Order: sequence, then C-alpha cells, then structure tokens
Amino acid sequence: MKRPPAAAPDRGAPQAQDAEVQGADRPLQPNARGGMGAALRHDSALRHTTGEARFLDDLPEPPGLLHAALALSPVAHGRLSPIDPAPARALPGVVAVLLPADIPGRNDIAPAGSGEVMLADGLVEYAGQPLAVVVGETRDAALAGAAALRPEIAPLPPVLSIAEAIARENWVLPPQAISRGDAAAALAAAPRRIFGEFRAGGQEHFYLEGQIAMAVPGEDGDVAIHSSTQHPTEVQHIVARVLGCAYNQVTVTVRRMGGGFGGKESNASWVAAAAALAARRTGRPVKLRLSRKADIAATGKRHPFLYRWTAGFDAGGRILALDATLAADAGHSLDMTGGVVFRAITHALGCCDVPALSLRALACKTNTVSNTAFRGFGGPQGALLMEDVVHRVAKAAGLPPEAVRARNFAGGENGAETPYGQALEGDLIRRVWAEAKTDSGWDARRAEIAAFNAQHPYLRRGLGSMVLAFGISFGQTHMNQAGALVHVYTDGSIRLNHGGTEMGQGLFVKVAQVVASVFGVDTDRIRITATSTAEVPNTSPTAASTGSDLNGWAAHAAASAIRSRMAAVAAKEWGVAPDEVAFADGLATAGGNRAMEFGELARLAYLKRVSLSATGFYRTPDIHWDRATMRGKPFFYFSYGAAVAEVAVDTLTGEHRCLSAHLVQDCGRSLNPAVDLGQVEGAFVQGMGWLTCEELWWDAEGHLRTLGPSTYKIPGSRDVPPVLRVRLLEGAPARSETIFRSKAVGEPPLLLATAVWNALKDAIGTDRLDAPATPERVLMALHGR
Amino acid sequence: MADRITLVLNGSPVALPAGTSPTMTLLDWLRGPAGLTGTKEGCAEGDCGACTVVLEGADGSRAPVNACLALLGQLHGCAVRTVEGLRGPEGGPHPVQRLLAEGDATQCGFCTPGIAMAAWAHAREGGSVHEALAGNLCRCTGYRPIVDAFARLEDDGAAPPALPAVGGARFEAPGQVFHRPATLAELLELRAAHRGAWLLAGGTDLGLLASEHRQRPPVVIHLSAVPELQALTADTGGLTIGAALPYARLLPRLEGPFAPLGAMLARLGSRQIRAMGTVGGNLGTASPIGDMLPPLLALGAVLRIASVRGEREQRLEDFLLGYRRTALAPDEVILTIRLPRPAAGAVLACEKVSKRHDQDISAVSAGFLLRIEGGRIAGARLAFGGMGPMAARAPAAEAMLTGALLAPACFAGAADELAKDVSPLSDWRGSAAYRLAAAQGLLRRLYWRVARPDLPAEVHAL
Repeated sequence: MKRPPAAAPDRGAPQAQDAEVQGADRPLQPNARGGMGAALRHDSALRHTTGEARFLDDLPEPPGLLHAALALSPVAHGRLSPIDPAPARALPGVVAVLLPADIPGRNDIAPAGSGEVMLADGLVEYAGQPLAVVVGETRDAALAGAAALRPEIAPLPPVLSIAEAIARENWVLPPQAISRGDAAAALAAAPRRIFGEFRAGGQEHFYLEGQIAMAVPGEDGDVAIHSSTQHPTEVQHIVARVLGCAYNQVTVTVRRMGGGFGGKESNASWVAAAAALAARRTGRPVKLRLSRKADIAATGKRHPFLYRWTAGFDAGGRILALDATLAADAGHSLDMTGGVVFRAITHALGCCDVPALSLRALACKTNTVSNTAFRGFGGPQGALLMEDVVHRVAKAAGLPPEAVRARNFAGGENGAETPYGQALEGDLIRRVWAEAKTDSGWDARRAEIAAFNAQHPYLRRGLGSMVLAFGISFGQTHMNQAGALVHVYTDGSIRLNHGGTEMGQGLFVKVAQVVASVFGVDTDRIRITATSTAEVPNTSPTAASTGSDLNGWAAHAAASAIRSRMAAVAAKEWGVAPDEVAFADGLATAGGNRAMEFGELARLAYLKRVSLSATGFYRTPDIHWDRATMRGKPFFYFSYGAAVAEVAVDTLTGEHRCLSAHLVQDCGRSLNPAVDLGQVEGAFVQGMGWLTCEELWWDAEGHLRTLGPSTYKIPGSRDVPPVLRVRLLEGAPARSETIFRSKAVGEPPLLLATAVWNALKDAIGTDRLDAPATPERVLMALHGR
Repeated sequence: MADRITLVLNGSPVALPAGTSPTMTLLDWLRGPAGLTGTKEGCAEGDCGACTVVLEGADGSRAPVNACLALLGQLHGCAVRTVEGLRGPEGGPHPVQRLLAEGDATQCGFCTPGIAMAAWAHAREGGSVHEALAGNLCRCTGYRPIVDAFARLEDDGAAPPALPAVGGARFEAPGQVFHRPATLAELLELRAAHRGAWLLAGGTDLGLLASEHRQRPPVVIHLSAVPELQALTADTGGLTIGAALPYARLLPRLEGPFAPLGAMLARLGSRQIRAMGTVGGNLGTASPIGDMLPPLLALGAVLRIASVRGEREQRLEDFLLGYRRTALAPDEVILTIRLPRPAAGAVLACEKVSKRHDQDISAVSAGFLLRIEGGRIAGARLAFGGMGPMAARAPAAEAMLTGALLAPACFAGAADELAKDVSPLSDWRGSAAYRLAAAQGLLRRLYWRVARPDLPAEVHAL
C-alpha cells in the first residue's frame, strides 16, 4: 500500500487528461516511508476496486433483522390529522407502524437548538417530510406498508421562494449583519453606483451511498448503532434524545461512508434515530436504508441564495462601498443554517477589500426540505457575491474583471483586514493569482479566443477566473477540538482511532501518516479502525475541512505521549538521556551505536510495566468570536487558491462546455499530495456541477421533481475539462501552527469552479447569469429573458 | 411445467431455485440470496452505474449492464460477471482493479466496483473513454484519475465461459408467470392470450417498475429469444432492424448516411442502457422524449407489426397517436423497423439538447433530413421530440424550407414557423420557452451544418 512520490503514474499517458502534482514537499523524515508528505494512496483503494470494502449495507445482517421504511408527506404545508396505521398493519410482513406517540423520548432531532421534529406531528412543513416509520420483515414489506398509509392533510398555503419569505419576514433565525464604516455615505459619495440581483440554486449531495443506519438493541436499554454519518457523536445524542436514554447507552460506529459532502452531518442523525426507535419498539435489529428518491426528497441540500446589492466604485474599478443582502433559503427549519449564513457573510468579500460596507444575511424559512451543510457550508455562496459585483463593476467601468478584482485584492495598497477584524494574507492572494494566470497562458489564450470568436458564426469562447480566500475552523469556536486514541502492541503494531470519519477524503491515511511520522515507522504498521463513540467521545463532525487539522494534532499528541514513554525506557536501558533517543526507519536509536527495533522496544516497555496506550486531545488555539459585535478571529488561518477556466458556448442552444482549467491551490505543506490533488479535482468538478448543471426543480405545489440521477444531473466524465491542470502551491508552509504546517483542502477548491461561471459570463457578455447556468439559463440570458 | 432460470455466475453455472421471482432484479439477487455485496445500489434507476456487472457473450464480447434494471428471467442463459469474479493471474486483484487503485481513481469507493466492471468491459471493447464512462457516476474524484486509468486499460485475453444452450422457457413464482417464447408463433399466441402482460424487451423502462417501484407483474412476455425480433439486415434500400435488437448491436451498423444517427445513439443512455435497450422498446413506450423517434420520423421509418391475425406495415408517423399512445393493438407486437437509406446528397442531422451531454434525457431532440438540389432545398423532413405530447414532424417549418434557397434567412424563417408546429411543456428538463428557443436554434444550426461542414457545429466538436 505504499508508494513513494517518484512512483506516481505517468500523468501524460496518451488520451489521458493532464494533471500534475508539483506540491509534494520532501518528507521531514525521508526514510520513514509513508510518513508525512508522502503521496500514499487511499488506505482502502484496493478494497474499493475489488468490492471487499464493506459499506454499512454490506455488513452481515444480524439474526432477526427487520427493515424500516418512511412514509413521506405528499403535501408541502398543511394540518396533519392523526395517521391511521391500519392500512399498513393489514399488509403481510408489516411488523409495526411508528408514529409520534410511539417516541419514548423527545420528537426532536434539531442539531442546534430544539424544535425540529423527526416525525411530523399535527403540522406538515415540506413535501417529503417523514410522517411515520413502518417496520417490516422485509424491506419490500416495509415499503409497501409505508405506501399504504393514507395521511389526511388539510393544505395550507406554502411559502416556496426566498423572495416570498423575505416579503413575509419569515425567518428561521434573526438577520445577521456585518458592517464597516458608513456604507450609505460612502455609496452616496462614490463616483458611480450600480445595483445587482441574482440567484444561486441549491445542490443535492448525491453521495453514491444513500443514507442508511442499522440499530441493534442490547441488554438493559443499550443500543448499538451503525450509521453512515459524518458526526457519530451527534447520532449518539439524537438517538438518546429520541429514545429518552443516557448517552452512555448508545454506541455509534462508522467505518466508512460512500460519500458525505456535508449531507451526512445532521441528516444521518435522524435516519439513525428512526432505526433506533424501530429497534426499541420491536426489540429486534432494524435497518433503515432510504431509497434514492426518499433520500433526495427528505434530506437537506445546499442552501439556495438570493442576492441584492448596490456597489459604489470609481473609474479605476476600485470598489469603495457595498451594501448587500444575502438571503439563504433555510427550508422549513433551522438545522445548521446559522453556521451557513455566518460563513456566507464572512466570505462575501472573498479575497477583496471594500472599505465601507453593510452586509446583511437573511435565513429565510420556506416550505421545502431543511437545507443543511454542503462542502463549503455557505462559503461558496458568499464568494459568489463579490464575483458578481466585480463582474458588473468591470463591465460598467469598461475594464477586465480580473483587473477590477486585482485592484480590490486585500492587502497591498488596500486594507488587509476583513470587516470582522481578521487579516488576510495579501501576498498569498497575489501569488496564487499570478501563478494561475501564468499557468493558463492567459494573454495568448485571450488572443486565441478573440480570433475564434471573430470567425465562428455562433459558437463563443470565454475565459474566466477565480481567486479564493477560505477561512479554516468551525464557526462555532467550541467545536474546534478533537480526540484520538493510540495503542502500541508488544509486537510493535499500532492501532489508531480518532474522532474523524472517513468518507473517501483520505483522512484515515493522512492521520496514519502523522502517527507514522511520530513513531518513525511505516504506515503499514498502523491499523486504521472504525470511528466509534466508545473509543473517542464528545467529538465534532468531520466537516469544515478540519478533519486532518484537528484529528492529526490529536493523534500526534497521543502518539507523542507514548513515544516519550518509550524513549524513557530506551534511555534507561542504554544509559542515555531520553532526548537522545530518536525514532526513525522502524528503529529507536541513540548516538551511533544504540539501536532497537520498534517492536522490541514496545516489548521492553511492557516488561518494564510502562503504558503503551494514550489518548490525545487538541483544541485549535488563538480563535475567538464576539457575537455581539460580529468581530473576532473566527478562523485559525485562511487557504488560498486561484483558477482560470475556458468555456465554449453555443449561442443558438445555450449548450456549453468547459475546455480547460488551470488551478493553483494552497495546501500549505501537503500531508499527502496524492490525496490533496484528489480533493482539489473532486471539489472543482463538484463546484462545476453546482454552478452549471445540477438543478433542483420544484413544481408549483412544492414537490421536488428531480429526485434521482435520471433528472438531477451531476457532472459526468465528459464534463470535466479535457485540459485540467492542478498544482499545489509550492514552498508555502502554513504560517499558523498547523499539523506539519499543512493546510485544509476539503472545501476551499470547490470555490475555484466559480471561474467556470465567470467564463460563461465572459462568453455571453450578459449582466446577469443565475446559477446553475444550465443551457437553458445561458440561452435565456442571451435572449434577455 | 415451469423451468428454472439458469445462468453462469462468475464462470460457474447456477440454476436458481424453483419459485424464484423471475422479475427480481439481478441486483437484489446478487446482494441478497447470492451474498455478493460488492455490487452496490446507488439509484435503482439505471443511471448511476454503481451496480454495473458485465454480461459475457459467447463470442467473447463484454456488455456492461445495470444489475438494478436486469430481471432474473431476462438473464436465462446469460453469463454474468461481478466485481467478485474479477481475479488476477495468482488469484489476487485483477490488473484492472490494481490500475484503478494505483491511479488514485477511488475516493469513497462506493461507485468503484461498478467502474471496475465498466473498465473490464472497456478493456476488451475499446472505443471512447467517455462513452465507456457515461453510465458510471462518481461524486468524489472529479473523474480525471478514472479517465487516465481507462486510457491505459489492457484486455486480459480471458476466454468467455461456456454458455448453456437455452431455448424457450416458462418461469413461475407465486403469483407470477414469465414467458420466454423462442418462436414468433408462440410469441403471438401468448400476446393474444395475455393482453395485460408486460411486453419485455430490454427492460430499461419496465425494469424501473421492478427496481424502483417494487412491482411484481403477474405475467411477463419476454421478447429477446424470438429470432425475427433480433434481425439486422442492410441492403441498398436501407436497414431492417429487429424490434428487440439491443442498441449496442445496432450502433456499429449505423454507418455512411446513417452515421449522424449513430452519433446521436451513442448519447442515448449509456453503454449499460444500450446493451439492454431496444429500438422497439423506444417505439413501444412512445415517450415524447424518446431520442430515437425524431430521427426515425425524419428518415421515414416503417414498422412491420404482427399478430395472430397476420402482419401489416405502418409508417412511424401514423403509428404514433399521442402521449405514450400508439396504433399497436393489444394483440400485436412490433417485428422490425425499416429505415430507408437517404438519397445521395441528402443531409441527415440528429440533435439532442440536454443539461448533460451524456446519459441525459433530452429537453429537445430532433431529426432533420434535407434533400439539396442545385443550391435549393428540394425536400425537408423535420421532426422534434420534447416539443409536444409526442414526437412529431413540423409541417409549417418543413413548408418554409421546401423549395427555398440554402440561405440563413430561410432557416430563420423556418425557425419562426416552428412555433406553429409545436406545443412544448415546462418541466424540469426545460421550460416551454426554452424548448422552443432551443429547437429554433437547432434549425438555425442546421443551416451551418449544411453550408459550412468545415466549421465545428457544436461545442463538443471543439
């Protein structure tokens, strides 16, 4: 499973698309294969390709297993009469029909605050809302039972748009605001002003493995939960809340998810709670696997946004003042919308500085599914605001958008401080942009495009760019903590457990590399184990790009504690000082003539009655936030990145295509360039999907009609630009004290796809292009509609 | 007397227990009774490809199919290979599996077994990497490493397993009968006797009822074993296509004047769908968005239809009656589709506009056949899908073009006239206004296709 960077496959194979990893820093301990900085592949890669990697639905089924299915509301808003379970109970194989009255604890699955029901009770607030859990001997029996229920719902008028929610002041939480200076006066004083309005749609996560949980009842009210979740601790809490038991009666385990992207943060919790309820009521193990349609109907998505803004600027494109409203569609309940709008409003200026501004973020309540975390968590939506402003100002001033953006870059001649008081690194902003521009051959490409556009009757090519600054840390300061548990056994093998979850992002191998580096051993020695609330308690979700930052340090702390004890044992044995003992190449050594194999030292430590097990804990230092003033240092550091994309548009049909993309992403000193490259590429393509082809379509009654891949189109292989060149920024170790000076990578590169949206605007030359820029939106924008 | 479904699974013959539901999906059987959980369910609608397995042909061909849509009764006599059945020379991982793993082509790994199977088929079948991947969605990697790996696949040269000889059959399960007639006469008798039965060809549409909607039809008549329905003959006058011939077998024969139809067919569904789906099925369901219908209307396709009462021929445009309604009587089956060969000098264009280029259902589709004589349009057959309750020709636009000079203004005029011919709906694939505007754009683009064949006609030609 090991692969030194030199053995990376030739990226230039015939027909293959190009991508390069040039950010591979040399490992700190070059002899510790698989230590930090090595481009190791995903620890499960070969088990993935052979089909041996077990996902939750592949686990051997416990004897007596029952299956659950959900009955979902067919109505977006209405008064629900008590449901008659008889039609379902009458069917063969149906074991139980569970309604709100069957919940022994609280019918409340709110991840933040309270008051979000698991099963609708008296009031239905969106089409697709769970009404009942039907349990059957087989999955088909449960599904048939759920379909047999005939809920009586007296319809109420639904609120289905952000604009309508704003008009009614329908909020899930009060508006948030960030301001600096006197925006109104600065707008009035600016030489020129323009107004803009646009929308960005939501996004379905479309993790390939749908939501699933299995609950196995134990003795004395205990329950063991297998859940495909990014947040085992929250599953534990919500299950306990619904069952009315203590947290210590619920054990949650997850080995891997088939994708998460934020969709298995809060939504996994209620799926598990529904399975747990069924297990409690039947006394038998119960599995709940949502069908794709039920999953898309009943679980939250990326928040759609509506933007309205006024900018004041001068002839040189300097933006002097900005007044903007970012309105998020929260759906029917709070979920994590508070955090999403916080990140949107703190990322609304992107990498730019505006001296006077007034930003408002609205959290609109509508009768749709409750929107939730999705890779970027409001950051991508926030960043679109400034990109729209830059493009409109550029058009109005007769300047290239890139010139306007650069004129307003934070730092340098402009202010470096965000309006909430944290400084951006202007040098890195300018550097990533300069490198992306050079990589793309910007000027030559511009000339080529102009020549093409002059000769083709209806195809138009366009060039666009993006520069991002993304703050890393959970917006909720207290969540920036992590724990780990490391055991060394007497044969020198190591067992690693931490609070982070593996959803494909390569967290497990990265943290294993950290531990391998500490012990100076190969990662092959380290057994990566399933995340469990029984091993590491009170964890934060694997989210906000913080997985390796937090869990890497926690594992480092645990491993370092054991290493110190082992060093003391060796030091005593050899009669040297503990700090003379070094760990490298699978050996403990001292001076030039003392050496012991790592496993031998572990055995010796055991014989000397020294503990070879330790927990590690980490909390991110130096972050704080004052809710009252909306100022502070909410982020440990920022990640930067830049992209250039070229597109072609058919002005007769609106069909379009991304022809090339050049990306530069700051990962600090990458822990694993192979994994980080995969995150950059994957996030970019997922961002392209959000901005260009993934369209959630509701009918006039509030039914989402794009409930599967036949109607909801995520990017396919042909949608990836044939020229895709990714570079990790070189020689830029993190300036904050991150784990081995690496930087987070999960979310930031998703914002790079904004370059494609900008390129489409460049190609068609219109003022407004709502996202997703489907062929329809492009053509209708060209037609001025 | 009921038969047992027999198939070859990963090289070994298997006879399913009597009473196994013949409409159980292959996916449910693999993950359930067969205990092979490597094959995943991602969508149960034949779109994500996580459940891709490969049918091994006696000729060594490898057809990837969606196990979620394939019904057990359909697979009688077939050889199925799953991800567990891929093994390398020493029993370790197959080279295809190693290549994908070593190329960082997996992240979460849930789509990966399906991608490995698509890769194993592609290693033998070759062709375009993107066509090979169109039926497999990956949400993590952004595809680049997968595309790289697909470009470097090598066929393992493995011989196909011996396939059992199977003829007609009849499978029974509680409340279900599945007929697999092997002669046309038997088929017509069954059709006359069971008018409400599922008439199952490839099952890419009906399979959804079993997979997603969990239906158990009482009577199924499966068409694939009747030789007449598998015909494929080319003569100077055109092509005759058996109604139950899978698209995948038709595609290589769409050459010469039919090449534009082939290019469009390569975008119909995915390799998985084209391995099962049939032209007859597309005509039988008569969906207004069936991709094949507009080109077939433009070409003047003629159907041969049979029943116990005899055989008849009918033009496709007379066969289509309305929204999912056809002139097929309850006792009839479509035997063949005849595609007349376009005259020398005729131009055929087949268009499909969708949100995603590959494996999407069109918002608008079109088939255009122009006969150009001396700089004038001597004849025009224009047909559209997605523009009304059924695929249909556009008489007002045709009239505008017929006899006109080959000039942009005439095509713009036809585009204006098109509004009289169509009545599109608004739905998730496109608003009525967009559908009309895009269809009009296709007519304008037709001028450039004809007049300036040297120019790239669309973004994917760049």
